[in-house]
Amino acid sequence: MNRPLVVSTLLVLLATAAGCGSDADESSDSTLTVLGAASLQSTFEEVLGPRFEDSHPGVTIKFSFAGSSDLSAQIDQGAEADVFASADAANMDKIDDQVDNRVDFASNTLQIAVPPDNPASVSAFADLTSPDVNVVVCAPEVPCGAAAVKIEEATGEQIDPVSEEASVTDVLNKVVTGEADAGLVYVTDVQAAGSDVRGVPFDESDEAVNVYPIATLADSANAGLAKDFVDLVTSDEGQQALRDAGFARP
Amino acid sequence: MAGHSYSGVPRWVYAPAAVGALFIVLPLVAMGTRVRWTEFFSLVSSDASVAALLLSLRTSAASTVLCVVLGVPMALVLARTSFPGQDLLRSLALLPLVLPPVVGGIALLYTFGRRGLLGDTMEVLGIQIAFSTMAVVLAQTFVALPFLVLSLEGSLRTAGQRYEEVAATLGATPTTVVRRVTVPLVLPGLVAGTVLSFARALGEFGATLTFAGSLQGVTRTLPLEIYLKRESDADAAVALSLVLVVVAVVVVALTRGTRRTA
Repeated sequence: MNRPLVVSTLLVLLATAAGCGSDADESSDSTLTVLGAASLQSTFEEVLGPRFEDSHPGVTIKFSFAGSSDLSAQIDQGAEADVFASADAANMDKIDDQVDNRVDFASNTLQIAVPPDNPASVSAFADLTSPDVNVVVCAPEVPCGAAAVKIEEATGEQIDPVSEEASVTDVLNKVVTGEADAGLVYVTDVQAAGSDVRGVPFDESDEAVNVYPIATLADSANAGLAKDFVDLVTSDEGQQALRDAGFARP
Repeated sequence: MAGHSYSGVPRWVYAPAAVGALFIVLPLVAMGTRVRWTEFFSLVSSDASVAALLLSLRTSAASTVLCVVLGVPMALVLARTSFPGQDLLRSLALLPLVLPPVVGGIALLYTFGRRGLLGDTMEVLGIQIAFSTMAVVLAQTFVALPFLVLSLEGSLRTAGQRYEEVAATLGATPTTVVRRVTVPLVLPGLVAGTVLSFARALGEFGATLTFAGSLQGVTRTLPLEIYLKRESDADAAVALSLVLVVVAVVVVALTRGTRRTA
C-alpha cells in the first residue's frame, strides 16, 4: 500500500496516544467522582456541581455522563467512582450489591418532540400511528424505547417508526434537523433543546414513568462526601434545580 | 519478495514492532475470550443479526460499485492530467479519510436531508433519502470512496505512461487505451482498492447513525446492531463483533492474495 500514508497514520496515532497520558486528576485535596445519566448533565454540571464545591472548599467534583447502562457496566468492571445517578431502576439493580444509600430522586416521562413548525401537525399520541408521519423512537433495548413500548401496550396504539435509535440524543437530532416529523423523547430533553423543537405533551405518558435512583458506591474512598452529594440532590435546593430542568418528583 | 542476504532492518526495530503487533492482536484475543461459544450460533443467527449482516453485505456491495464507478475516473483525472487547483482537489477528495464519520454524516444530512441543500430538488423528483437504505449506501460511499481513489492513483503513478503512449502512437483512441492498457496494468491496485473500500463500507458506523437512522432490515447495518445490542445483550454484541472481525480478516486475506498474484 501507500507507505507515506501508513507512516503518517501511525505518527498521528502515536501523537494521540502520547497526549492521552497526561490527565492530571490527582489534585492536592479530595476529588469526588460522580457518574450520571446523560440526561442529568446540565443540572449536575451547571447547578449542583458548583454549589457542592462552594459548600465544600477544597473538594473538586468530577462528572462523567453517559448512558446509564454504560455507567452501570463501568462500575461493575471496577471503575473508581463515588456516586452513581441512574436514569432507571434496572441499571441500578444490576449493581445493587455495590451501592449504599440508594434513594429515588427524580422522575421523567416521555413527550413528543416535533420540529418548531410541526410539519405533520402532530397533537396527540394517536397521531404517531399515521403512516404519513415520519416517527423516530428509541429502540426497545434502551430505556426510552422500553418506555415507548410500555405506552404502546397500554394504549393499544402501534407506532410504525422509520427509525429506532440507540439513544435519546439521536432521536432528538433527527427531529431538530427536520428529518423526522416527530420523535418520542423525555420531557427534559425537549426542555434542554430550547427553541429547536416543540414539545407535545400527551396524557398516556403516565403509563411509563422513569424513576431515577442515586446511590453512593460501597467502594468509595470518600464515603462522607459522597453521602453529602446525595443529600444535596435530594434537598429542596437540589429538587428545585431538577424541577427547573423539567424533572418531576420521584 | 526481496532477497534474503540483507533485510535492512536494524535489530532494535523488532521491539516496537512487536509491541505494535501485540497492541492490535491483544484486544481481538481478549474479545475472543469473552465469546460464549456454546451460545455463539444462536446469538448470531437471530432474526435481527441475520437481517443486519445481510443488509451490511448488500449496502457495502452497492456502495463499492458506486466507488468504482466514481472513483476510477477520479483517480484517472488526478493521476493522468494536470490542471490548476489539482492539488487542492486531491486533498478535498481525500477529506472523508481524515474526517470523523459523524462529521461526514452531518454534512450528508445537510446535503441530502429533507431540509438539506438538495432536499427540495429530491422531493420534486419524488426521491426520499431520509431513513432509507439509499441513505446507508450514500454514507458508506462517502467514507469509502477515498480508499479506492488513493490506492488506484498510487498504482497509476507507479505504472507510468510508457505503454499508454505507445498504444496511442499505434492509433488507439483514449478510451481504448484506458480499457486495453491502463486498466489491465493497474488491475491489482484496482482490486486492492475495491476490496479496501468494501471493507471500509462494511465497518461504516458514525455517518450511517447520524444520517440514515437505525431500523431492522432497512438501515440497521451490523455495526449499528452491535452498538444497540451492547445496551441489552453484551454476549450478542461480542458474538456479532467476532463475525465482523472474521469478515474483515477474509477481506484482508483477499487483498493479500490479489497482491501476491500481481
